[in-house]
Amino acid sequence: MASVTDPHDGGFRLSMLLNDRRYRGLTFQFFALILIIVAMAFLGINLVRNLAAAGLNFSYEFLGDPANYDINQTMIDYTSRSTHLRAALVGLLNTLLVSVMACVTATILGVIAGVLRLSKNWLVRKLMSAYVEAFRNVPVLIWILMIGTVVQQLPSPSAFRGDDPDSSMWLGLIAATNRGIYIPAPIWGPGSLIVIAVFLASIVGVVLYRRYAVAKLYSDGTLLPTFWPSLGILFVPTILAYFLMGQPVSLDVPELQGFNFGGGLQIGRPLIALWLALSVYTGAFIAENVRAGILSVSHGQTEAAASLGLRSNRIMSLVVLPQALRVIVPPLISQYLNITKNSSLAIAVGYADITATLGGITLNQTGRAIETILLLMLFYLVISLSISGVMNVYNASVSLKER
Amino acid sequence: MTKTILLGAVAAGGLIAGAAAAATLDDVKERGTLNCGVATGLAGFAAPNASGEWEGFDVSLCRAVAAAVLGDPSAVEFVPTTGKTRFTALASGEIDMLARNTTWTFSRDNDLNFEFTGINYYDGQGFMVPTELGVTSALDLDGATVCVQTGTTTELNLADFFRKNNISYEPVPIETNAEAQQQYLAGACDTYTTDASGLAATRATFENPGDHVILPEIISKEPLGPLVRHGDNEWGDIVRWTLNALIAAEEMGVNSTNVADMASAAGDSPEINRMLGTEGNLGDMIGLPNDWAVKAIQANGNYGEIFEKTIGENTPIGLSRGLNAQWTDGGLLYAPPFR
Repeated sequence: MASVTDPHDGGFRLSMLLNDRRYRGLTFQFFALILIIVAMAFLGINLVRNLAAAGLNFSYEFLGDPANYDINQTMIDYTSRSTHLRAALVGLLNTLLVSVMACVTATILGVIAGVLRLSKNWLVRKLMSAYVEAFRNVPVLIWILMIGTVVQQLPSPSAFRGDDPDSSMWLGLIAATNRGIYIPAPIWGPGSLIVIAVFLASIVGVVLYRRYAVAKLYSDGTLLPTFWPSLGILFVPTILAYFLMGQPVSLDVPELQGFNFGGGLQIGRPLIALWLALSVYTGAFIAENVRAGILSVSHGQTEAAASLGLRSNRIMSLVVLPQALRVIVPPLISQYLNITKNSSLAIAVGYADITATLGGITLNQTGRAIETILLLMLFYLVISLSISGVMNVYNASVSLKER
Repeated sequence: MTKTILLGAVAAGGLIAGAAAAATLDDVKERGTLNCGVATGLAGFAAPNASGEWEGFDVSLCRAVAAAVLGDPSAVEFVPTTGKTRFTALASGEIDMLARNTTWTFSRDNDLNFEFTGINYYDGQGFMVPTELGVTSALDLDGATVCVQTGTTTELNLADFFRKNNISYEPVPIETNAEAQQQYLAGACDTYTTDASGLAATRATFENPGDHVILPEIISKEPLGPLVRHGDNEWGDIVRWTLNALIAAEEMGVNSTNVADMASAAGDSPEINRMLGTEGNLGDMIGLPNDWAVKAIQANGNYGEIFEKTIGENTPIGLSRGLNAQWTDGGLLYAPPFR
């Protein structure tokens, strides 16, 4: 069978396809490929035939129809008259928002917990072990529900009403309710652009100053202070600009309007629950990765750094962690992917992620199960591949450079 | 590799769809049980009782169909479905019929390829609020947080109602009635909206039902009924006429206590005789034994009896007949003649 496709050049015999190690691999791969193609074709034909038998067609036209449902958290303009496609985009953005937020906090939490698990202090070490074991070994859905329920125990907005309310806002600015946390939102007045520009310039200034400090240290060995000057460069010009421009940025403080708080920025209960749950859950896994990474750096490195006179926190940040990153980053990528995928549990607390909008309400209202699920898979695939693409680039930058 | 996974999932979906086409009646007879999709738990309509047996208004219909087809009202496998999973369950053949307070709409009937076999409850969407909020009309709900079951017509009516009246709200999508109830009681939303019957059922399970009021506005028509897959007309007819038999039985005064008597010999009323199989051969026409309607009525009684037992005024749910009275009493129930 395969002989038809294989060229008969000098000295080649058919039996070599099985007996010769040079060809055997190819032969097996060829048959495996044929098997896969046949299986795929069977499944594909089966799908088409059964869809036809059930009188269903395969079409994505519904994406252009009005969605007719509302979504509680929208980062782009959306009304119930918008299309299903837009509803899917709203969901996608919500997925990305909670994933990015959870990745950042999980990383911070994980690195701190991972480092502290190796602390010499018995209490700290045991506390961190307890955290890791408790959060790692309970399903994330339960954490989501649990944190959702905890947020639900906060006072309802009506408790803030009246002359002598049961609850009051923190500092008169922040209201924590069972619908979510309301924080003041900045109002960008005229001239606020200049303040932002000054702030961005300050960040550049800090980076430049730090480089200068390092260069100075290398060239003539003077150690310049970095912390306070950095802080000064970051904030002093911005604050000056803010007052020079006549305080262009003001705050939109949330206040009770009808049933709920109005104004300000609402961080909804679903977002809080999902974000915190994903962070603490994945943080526990990242902590283990970090611990493994640190332990993988030979103790000799620490001792060598100590003998050079470095203090222990500097040993950690200058010597151990940069080398540990090589071990930490690859598993970290899968943790980030896990966060993104686990965010699809959002509907448990009513968060409108893409599984809830496209894969939930749209699927239900249109009945286009196969189409929406395929689209959903595509979205998750694209997100996941992008994350791992970016992280692989980062991994390449921290991995051991072979020259 | 990714392509492989993709296609695999598609094909898996296709395999499930393949089970749907065969003749349902034969499948049910062969299996010996009816797979009936019901709600995951809605007091009065479909919920397991203290001894774990399903009972309720929708459940009774499943039992009546099982009795008509298999002669045994307990030969039912109840499959709890959420608003989200119900249609997939029916389309894939996992269940033979769906009796889960499902609204009859054009697109469900035609686009999703289902067959609604009648209406067993005329309902409308309402709102429930805590009495202490002092809200008396749904139009006062501007800015409210609204708990709503996702994947339902309720969700769409809600959006339409608030947009039409130009008031704002914040939806909290929730998967099941039980979760919605918990969220509502915890104060995570100001109001809960679903079919008025569902609100009454939910309120009946509260510790203090008096602390909650159902607002007067009914914002939609919700004709709830059983449905089957499109294309198997014989099976659709069985479910349709079982429901009709229950309704007609009430109209003609046939109930669970006198049905055995009436079916023992032909009586004065030719229509009762035809329905109960003492005259003519209606059973043959529908592919069932001639006493199918007797069995169906014996299962839980006629429509009126089922209503009174499960959701009527003497139950904790406390629904009045209203639109669901017989046409002779000013309601909408009107079974076609058994002829």
